[in-house]
Amino acid sequence: MIEAVLALGGLGVLLGALLGWAAVRFRRADAPLVDAIDRILPQTQCAQCGFPGCRPYAAAIARGDADINQCPPGGEAGVRALATLLGREPKPLDATHGSEKPPRIAWIDEDICIGCTKCILACPVDAIIGAPKLMHTVLIDACTGCDLCIAPCPVDCIHMLPARSGAAAWRAPRPATARMQRIELVRVP
Amino acid sequence: MNGTVALHGLHGGMHLPGHKIAASADASRECPLPPTLVLPLSGYGGSLARALVAPGDRVSLGQELAHADGSGAHVHAPAAGTIVAIELRPVANASGLHMPCIVLAVDPDARTDERAILWPPIPDWMHADPRSLLERIADAGIVGLGGAAFPTALKLGYPVELLVINGAECEPWIACDEMLLRESAMEIITGARIMRRIVGATRMMLAIEDRMQEAGAALRAALDTHTDIQLVEVPTIFPQGGERQLIRVLTGSEVPSGAYPVDIGVLCHNVGTAAAVCRAVVHGEPLIERLVSVTGPGVRAAGTWRVRLGTPVEWLVAQAGGYSADAARVVLGGSMTGTAIATDAVPIVKASNCVLVLTAAQLRDPAPELPCIRCGECSRVCPAQLLPQQLHWYIRASDWDAVEDHALRDCIECGLCAQVCPSHIPLVDWYRHGKAELHLRADARRRADAARERFEARTLRLAETEAERAQRLAGRGKQSADAPLDDPIAAALQRAAARKAIDGGSDHGA
Amino acid sequence: MAAPIMAREFRLGGAPHLPAANSVQKVMLKVLLALLPGIVLSTLWFGVGLLLQIALACVFALLAEAAMLQLRGRPLRPFLSDLSAPVTGVLFALCLPPWAPWWIAAIGMLSAIVLAKHLYGGLGYNVFNPAMVGYVVVLIAFTRELGAWPGLGPGSALEPGVLLHAVFGGGQPWDAMAQATPLDSLREQLGQGRTVAEIRSGPELAAAVARSQWLALAWLLGGLWLLQQRVIHWQVPVGVAAGVLIVAAPLWLYDAGRHASPLFHLTTGATMLGAFFIATDPVSGAATPRGRLLFGAGVGALCVLIRRYGAYPDGIAFAVLLMNAVAPLLDRWLRPRVFGRSR
Repeated sequence: MIEAVLALGGLGVLLGALLGWAAVRFRRADAPLVDAIDRILPQTQCAQCGFPGCRPYAAAIARGDADINQCPPGGEAGVRALATLLGREPKPLDATHGSEKPPRIAWIDEDICIGCTKCILACPVDAIIGAPKLMHTVLIDACTGCDLCIAPCPVDCIHMLPARSGAAAWRAPRPATARMQRIELVRVP
Repeated sequence: MNGTVALHGLHGGMHLPGHKIAASADASRECPLPPTLVLPLSGYGGSLARALVAPGDRVSLGQELAHADGSGAHVHAPAAGTIVAIELRPVANASGLHMPCIVLAVDPDARTDERAILWPPIPDWMHADPRSLLERIADAGIVGLGGAAFPTALKLGYPVELLVINGAECEPWIACDEMLLRESAMEIITGARIMRRIVGATRMMLAIEDRMQEAGAALRAALDTHTDIQLVEVPTIFPQGGERQLIRVLTGSEVPSGAYPVDIGVLCHNVGTAAAVCRAVVHGEPLIERLVSVTGPGVRAAGTWRVRLGTPVEWLVAQAGGYSADAARVVLGGSMTGTAIATDAVPIVKASNCVLVLTAAQLRDPAPELPCIRCGECSRVCPAQLLPQQLHWYIRASDWDAVEDHALRDCIECGLCAQVCPSHIPLVDWYRHGKAELHLRADARRRADAARERFEARTLRLAETEAERAQRLAGRGKQSADAPLDDPIAAALQRAAARKAIDGGSDHGA
Repeated sequence: MAAPIMAREFRLGGAPHLPAANSVQKVMLKVLLALLPGIVLSTLWFGVGLLLQIALACVFALLAEAAMLQLRGRPLRPFLSDLSAPVTGVLFALCLPPWAPWWIAAIGMLSAIVLAKHLYGGLGYNVFNPAMVGYVVVLIAFTRELGAWPGLGPGSALEPGVLLHAVFGGGQPWDAMAQATPLDSLREQLGQGRTVAEIRSGPELAAAVARSQWLALAWLLGGLWLLQQRVIHWQVPVGVAAGVLIVAAPLWLYDAGRHASPLFHLTTGATMLGAFFIATDPVSGAATPRGRLLFGAGVGALCVLIRRYGAYPDGIAFAVLLMNAVAPLLDRWLRPRVFGRSR
């Protein structure tokens, strides 16, 4: 009797100590979690989530201040990736923050642009170059298609165009699958 | 004459019925000039060549029509004539999308026996400056004629130990390389020697298939007593003629995944490319024609033709007696890796080695697609030693990390897995889709990384500007001369504050 | 008179452009053909009862398959004609005593097709070998019916009347006519403290062992043909043989009186049938070359261990099912090196 109590008690103490040590030794700091979330986010910096950029949104998710379904550019795939990372249930995109759209980039109609620099100040990734009273133009490799330059423009000379078109947009499609062997992918409800 | 080379084994591969007699029974013939030539501006990769002519311009034979500024090849006029248009035309690509092309109306009196001599011949290339030879090859617009169409001059830009000339045309139906070996052995050998001079290779091998008896004899005759080129006969196994596979068979070394043959000191060029190099250097001719096999049961008179680039497939097939009544599919390339085209208005380009016309009876699939039964035949034949069935599962499930982990990018799309699949799963279609998705993902990741960096740099800059402004306001009151802005500690603190501002941005939240 | 030039329409499609010559149906048909030598020999010795069992199992397998396809809303034709259900039926029937009552085949095939195959997704998706699931279900549930075999040999073949009565009428002749199989005898008499040499010296058993070895040869013949036809991979049968050797040889060398020789294990019971026809089922087995080798070795080793120390005289079915469970793990561990990459 006494041996059993001792053995179990000893085991408990030992395992408890081990767990305690592991908790200290392998503590997951907060910053790596924010980084991991930030890596999943599309870096559009569009602020549709309600935060002034992707990293602030990542920090908010890590703190528990924001839900994982507020990023329209990341789309359903992004929500699923976040859910997997955080061990939560995936959920549909919150429509109040916008809907998923194909990638786009901004284009400035240089015939209309008056060189007011308002869009330059609005761009979260410095993708517009130009100077007061001079022509502005968009660096297409840097533009994330966030739409933030549209509203400030006083002459409405900025238009959003599809990021890829024609032959460049073509990619090998998913082969058609016969009904007889389709794998029913479970969709996020 | 040729020292024996110990051949190395290759995983997978298959002996396929060759069907090569039809296109190689008779000598190659000259395809007459069509009334109109169509010359695509899209070359290797996505970049377009810059057109140097406009509609209405008269052009002479061999004149440069478009210039490739980046990675690509110049376009030369395969015949004298008038530019009719520069417009979107159907070309041979998997998407079926039309691409910008120069349309050239051929002069009625233009003849195919006229040679385009653009530059002074360099008969004394043994003593010429290698750089001038390389320039000539670039000027002539030469690309890999084996099918990949990679610009040859770019490939020749690095010194290597071993130069391999690839005449192992392993894909069924195609016979243009075999015909070239039989008829132009000396040109190939001269081209190979020129390339060797450029890259300084110490060894040179010319690989042909063991079934090419006549080609072997022609090469031996052309080599005479010279021993600078080792003639190697490799077994007729598909896809032994693939660049990486052939290098493995000849040397026993594998080109590492993601690297190029030059990384292991080897360079591999197609025999057609070698012949084009010879013509450019020794005769001063640009690349304006190539050999094309026109074959398959869907054409009436199969054979191999010497075709001016830009000739529509329709015209070429007409030379081969036209289509048979049950012709159903036209493939540019061979039956294993070729591209089916929707219309025969598509022109012959530098990469076109074969026009294969298949009949409806051949295309009829005897059994419907069934689920994979994991028989493993696909991995047994895969020359890249992949696990095709696992790749298929992961692509279906869109598990892209697993797809990447299972080395999809090392798939050479040889088609053997699909050819042996008892369940008739279009595996290559799945791999192409998977590769496109991986490409898209990598692109998105790259853009996201760049955007993150720019966003953080901007946030930092704004914070610094703000701090500077505050400093200035404060300084105006105190008239302090030594502002601590140059202080590295203060700057670091500022950066940390900026970082915190990003992370702790909840108070900005809506 | 010139015909109007018409733009021809061509069919598009991905490479490779010629359809594959092989098909699931052909693969299954070859398996059935390869089983023929063994079936013929078994029929000669056990009588037509075996053929009756095969017919029963195939009918029930096809009925169950059709019912499940209908319930799952899948097309009947391609899946009924792929011959996978008959293969399951034949392999199952080969494990049954020829006079087993008809409902054994019915229950076995329902378990195999419904439980092991379609509840996992049908052809290509089953984790466990359907024939062996069916066999193990009836083996555990109906030990008496499954354990009684008629004596081997031309004289002991059943009269048609007796056979039909046994299969359909509930007449049970086994108490009178049953005879121990070599593995039964070995198991029972080793338990009574006799040595292997003593047991094998009995004339009846010696004849049974000889016939069993001829049968093993017949399976081997079919198996070699399947290898030549590239239907199965050499790694599995070689692995099974290696597994048997690895476990049986040390035991036999240690005490030949208490343990049968590796050759005895290889040539009696269902070892050969298992090595070439059951463990080689691609769907439920390992898919990588080294995985197959280890899979086969596991089947061989477990089989000998079950025979020697387990509760049943033969262990192939259990060994295959156990290895089915670990096959995905083997594939994960033993992925082949990709061309141009280090392991």
